[in-house]
Amino acid sequence: MRRFVERHPFGALLIAVAVAIFVWLIFAVWPEWLVDAIGRKKTFVNTLLNGITLAGLYFLVASGFTLVFGLMRNVNLAHGSMYLLGAYIGYEVSEATGSWFLGLAVAFLAIALTGVLLQVLIFRRMEGEDLRQTLVTIGISIIAADLMLAVWTGTTYQFLPPEWLFGAAQLPIVSVIRSSGDAVYIVYPIYRLVVLAVAIAAGIALWLFLNRTRVGMMVRAGVNDREMLAASGVNVQLVFALVFAIGAGLAGMAGVIGGTALSIAPGEDIRYLLASLIVVIVGGLGSVTGAALGALLIGLAEQFGLAYFPTYGVVLTFLIMVVTLAVRPQGIMGGR
Amino acid sequence: MYRFAKKVLATAAVLALAGPAAAQDGPIKMGALATLEGAFTVLGEDGMRGVRMALEEFGYKAGGREIELITGSSDASPDSAIRAARKLVEQDGVDILVGPLSGSEGLAVKDYAKTQPETTFVNGSSAAQDTTLRDPADNFFRFSTEGAQWMAGLGEYVYNEKGYRSVAVLAEDYSFPYTQVFGFLEPFCRLGGEAPADARFWVPIGNKDYSSVIAALPDDVDAIYVALGGADAVNFLTQYEQAGGQLPLIGGSITVDQTVLGSKGRTREFIIGTPSAGPISDTWDDPRWNAFVATYKEMFPDGFPSPSLFAHAYYINTKAVLLALEQIGGDLSDGQAKLRETLSTLEFETPTGMVHLDERRQAVADIFLTEVVVGPEGNLVNQTVKVIPQVSQTFGLSYEEFLEYGVVSRENPEC
Repeated sequence: MRRFVERHPFGALLIAVAVAIFVWLIFAVWPEWLVDAIGRKKTFVNTLLNGITLAGLYFLVASGFTLVFGLMRNVNLAHGSMYLLGAYIGYEVSEATGSWFLGLAVAFLAIALTGVLLQVLIFRRMEGEDLRQTLVTIGISIIAADLMLAVWTGTTYQFLPPEWLFGAAQLPIVSVIRSSGDAVYIVYPIYRLVVLAVAIAAGIALWLFLNRTRVGMMVRAGVNDREMLAASGVNVQLVFALVFAIGAGLAGMAGVIGGTALSIAPGEDIRYLLASLIVVIVGGLGSVTGAALGALLIGLAEQFGLAYFPTYGVVLTFLIMVVTLAVRPQGIMGGR
Repeated sequence: MYRFAKKVLATAAVLALAGPAAAQDGPIKMGALATLEGAFTVLGEDGMRGVRMALEEFGYKAGGREIELITGSSDASPDSAIRAARKLVEQDGVDILVGPLSGSEGLAVKDYAKTQPETTFVNGSSAAQDTTLRDPADNFFRFSTEGAQWMAGLGEYVYNEKGYRSVAVLAEDYSFPYTQVFGFLEPFCRLGGEAPADARFWVPIGNKDYSSVIAALPDDVDAIYVALGGADAVNFLTQYEQAGGQLPLIGGSITVDQTVLGSKGRTREFIIGTPSAGPISDTWDDPRWNAFVATYKEMFPDGFPSPSLFAHAYYINTKAVLLALEQIGGDLSDGQAKLRETLSTLEFETPTGMVHLDERRQAVADIFLTEVVVGPEGNLVNQTVKVIPQVSQTFGLSYEEFLEYGVVSRENPEC
């Protein structure tokens, strides 16, 4: 930190000013001219929070995707199907038992198991053939989408989260001061804050797993050089199966969390697959930190686009992708 | 060599004989096109139920000929609808195509219909205004009413009865919601209501996360007019409740219908009392409607608690075709001339009253003003407030007068 300031005094000053303005934007009551220029503060703060919480959801889906790719060089285009299947399974379980948390746990386990089966029964047979594996995953995703449509029909499903997760919370951020002198506080849905908390927890857990455990060390070694890892006596297949289980399980869990925040319906598989693809392209394939950064960028771009210029908001997401590909084709945190 | 030639001749003879015979006596191929993918999947499924109900009623036979049903699927985008229509018409060789479901799909299929004069196109449930109003196709028939007709009476009702003076608008960004917003705002604004351009929000189809739009909605309006469909509407309603939304809503025709009210999950008490208007009303106490609902429930136990307007529109359009085929004895010769003539003058009884076509082959039918209430089985339904009889596409004005209102768009009408 200190060395950075000494080396780049100007850059550090710029960053400090930007952070100060940002903090002021969030906590200060906006003066009239600012409201005239960029709209109400409520819109800005809510959009910011929405972007961050949506990024949390995207991170949950994309981290599994990028982990699998990093280790196995397998672009799993059936990742979106895992999301949707997890959501449906979670819905059935929580409907049958009345427990949302049980639904979440079962979705994680069931999809993790599905992931292991996919790896052991299918991908292992075509190891090293990247293109073939990718095509097979497309096939699986199409078949899975039709099977799910047959079982759960096209109806939109929504989870019933526990009562204490539903509703809105008052944040300690003043939106406007009424003429009577009362402060109006920003109100925000509790559940979306929970989504963010879960994503951060999952991120920290993943980091600890990769950087502080023996298995994590093997995974990192595998990302760098698969053959070398195998030659040093590690059962690579076991590591592969484990990583696939975690990646798929995260997607399944995200299905329940996303299905509660938004909803589940056919087509969600493609939507989240596309979102994860963009997130990892921007963040860098194979990097969990990159997935977090990419998710944050895409989540914010999507929400600010939707709030401030809804008609052309979609363009913003792809603009970020185009700029990334032009300036830094390997992604923000991508190696090599 | 001789035997070979004989074989060829014989085959040719059989083909020559069978050719015209097959065209007249074989089964009539009917294509049905609906959105069985994407955000409107659940709507498309119910549309297909409507087609099956009509065919079942006629025993898959009309005018002494079997009807063979071939289904196609789109995802609510115009190009997917064209792709599916092409496949049905050019590959499967259907004689009659019923569909599509969504507004902009309808505009695209109408234009495609002009390139296929040998095939008769009958609408599914697509309800954009210009499918039949401007530059219509001679072989495209719409026995269901469109988005602006569906809004008949709603603007006056919320202005006079509910006392709303200013509204925000939230709608999907394509031709059908433009049509609905036009149909709602035109009378509302003429009475003196307001819907400023910066309080109109247009979002893409299939948008899931409405929280930012909700945050941007103004507080100083009396109500929000919402024209979203299917999964989009379900998402908006839940997120609006979660965000602690307080403003009353006014529903577009597919925002508070059975495809949304019948979705799985939390019951949305806060939308009770939401006014809306459309081609059907769940609780209309009429023997024709009750019989339709009873048949629907019996045929599709896994369907909605009550048929949606998509099942209704596809049913009516399919039935029109079957009735016409019945009248002409299944005679599709001469480029289907007889079928088209009969369709143009057809007038028949539907579950929601009489229907006939105007000179641009657009239906004139009854419209229902409704309000969301808790039904007898504890589910939410639309209760009839008023029936507006025989609404035409031009609201009783002449064609030329009506054209002066301009093309439906994000800013039409301004107020």
